[in-house]
Amino acid sequence: MLSPGYVARRVLHALVVLAVVAVVTFFIVRLAPGGPAALADPALRDAERAVIEARLGLNDPLPVQFLKFVGNAVRGDLGQSFLFGTPTTQVIASRLGNTLILAGAALTLTLLVAVPLGTLSGLRPHSWLDRLVSFISVVVLAVPVFWLGLILIIALAVLRPVLPAGGMYTTGMEGNLVDLLRHLLLPAVVLASASIAELLRYTRSSVRSAAKLDHVRTARAKGLPQRTVHVRHVLKNALIPVVTVIGLQLPRLVGGAAVTETIFAWPGMGRLSVEAALGRDYPLILGVTLVVAAAVVLFNLLIDLVYPLIDPRIRTDG
Amino acid sequence: MAELATTRAYLAQAPAQRSWRRLRRDPVALGSAATLVLVVVFAFLGPVVRPVDPDVLDLARQLAPSTLAQPLGTDESGRDVLVRLMLGGRISLMVGLFAVLVSVSVGTLVGALAGFYGGWLAGLLMRVTDGILALPAFFLSVLTLTFFGPGLVPLVLVIGLTSWMGLARLVRGEVLKFREEQYVEAARALGSHDSRVLFRHVLPQILPTLIVNASVGISTAILAESALSFLGLGIQPPSASWGNMLSGAQNYFYTAPRLALYPGVLILITVLATNLLGDAVRDATDPTD
Repeated sequence: MLSPGYVARRVLHALVVLAVVAVVTFFIVRLAPGGPAALADPALRDAERAVIEARLGLNDPLPVQFLKFVGNAVRGDLGQSFLFGTPTTQVIASRLGNTLILAGAALTLTLLVAVPLGTLSGLRPHSWLDRLVSFISVVVLAVPVFWLGLILIIALAVLRPVLPAGGMYTTGMEGNLVDLLRHLLLPAVVLASASIAELLRYTRSSVRSAAKLDHVRTARAKGLPQRTVHVRHVLKNALIPVVTVIGLQLPRLVGGAAVTETIFAWPGMGRLSVEAALGRDYPLILGVTLVVAAAVVLFNLLIDLVYPLIDPRIRTDG
Repeated sequence: MAELATTRAYLAQAPAQRSWRRLRRDPVALGSAATLVLVVVFAFLGPVVRPVDPDVLDLARQLAPSTLAQPLGTDESGRDVLVRLMLGGRISLMVGLFAVLVSVSVGTLVGALAGFYGGWLAGLLMRVTDGILALPAFFLSVLTLTFFGPGLVPLVLVIGLTSWMGLARLVRGEVLKFREEQYVEAARALGSHDSRVLFRHVLPQILPTLIVNASVGISTAILAESALSFLGLGIQPPSASWGNMLSGAQNYFYTAPRLALYPGVLILITVLATNLLGDAVRDATDPTD
């Protein structure tokens, strides 16, 4: 059961983390050489710069600026994007859904592939399946994500054009689900690859160590069928820590999305951050970083709250 | 007294020697180490043996196929691909190494202080660590590189400063464990200063953990460098790095897909060998078997 004290502690922890995130991002921007005004246009003359700095409130003491920044952010005002000329929040909102589709597809793919395969190799260590799976995951962890994307595009979209090389929809087919799935397949596989390899290795070792526990031997000794032992006694224990690792995959998926989206011209947050960085659009890149961090913190909070429900050994009181 | 010192030296050395013996018999470890030596020789001695100017443009020979003089052909600007792969390797390897030096220093310092002193300092340090850990490292790198400019030094700092958090947690846990050992208590009782206790008695114990982590860190850093340079935020042309060579290759899929092949294969080989060697060292130094 979840005690109110546990929930309150987790929520408080999430808020502290968010505050640290806000301080770090704020100071990275303010400590930049020349200040934010120079970033917009390095060729500005001193008089022009002074005007801009006054308008942006850059002459206030740093703590005042920080409080203003936090106050505005809480009210959903992250400033105007230099590149798009519209409020940053609007630009982000138009891209957020696309990234969620891509990251959601990759996460689903990760779970569907990594957990069953990892379980099978963990239950049969040193079998041919186990060796093959371990070998492939070691190799996949060493492949740069974007290079895998490039190779797949060359193989499946250029040399043998069976799938689209990029974008979200074929022009004129916007909203068509089949078309979306065809465009989604390659980027989702590329984005999921590293997560699959990592979760697979983790599931495997977790299942392996759970299978060595005493109560599993007891269950076997009292004559329970193999299947029952595996499902009721091994997996129940082995998969609990796997949930934590799934939580850790989110920052990786979101970070990987930046590269994957750029290669596949997927109109999401990751590509937006790269565009913003190359265009030196600091309100936009600051906004994207904050939104992404908030999403990750929220997701981890969710995992923390679900954890005691699946593992009764976690004490939530006291 | 002298006898005691010899026994102590023997006891201290024995596990290290056993690990070294195990490592020398492990074919995977030997293969990985040999591969890494080859990559380093390729990157650092290659350009000496093959003194070709990597930046000279030959517009008459754009995307030229392999010849005896240019075994890997030329790129989109007619530059020699082989020599650029060598010089790009220097950059990628150096970024990997120096970024890990940064992240291991920061991670060890934060973790050791938090573990050694505890209290409010530990609370503060670990909350900051959690906060930075919650930021997807990639976005933090993009954010920082936007403001501190692309280039070798910012790249090393950014990759190093966004990857120390896991190590800080690990070091804190280890320091907490060793802090309570009797020899640490003895050192304190003899009046040793805090820094002496920390650097002479606690930190040497966690050295194997640090080494294994550093090897994984090098491969992560090489992958990060290649991704950031690929996106145009890292090493800037005309300097070559494996990442920005792939970026250039992107526009020539149809005419010269090989340009996208070479740098990727080199990254793959380097990272794979580093990871496998790290795994082998961890297995060899594992005291539980």
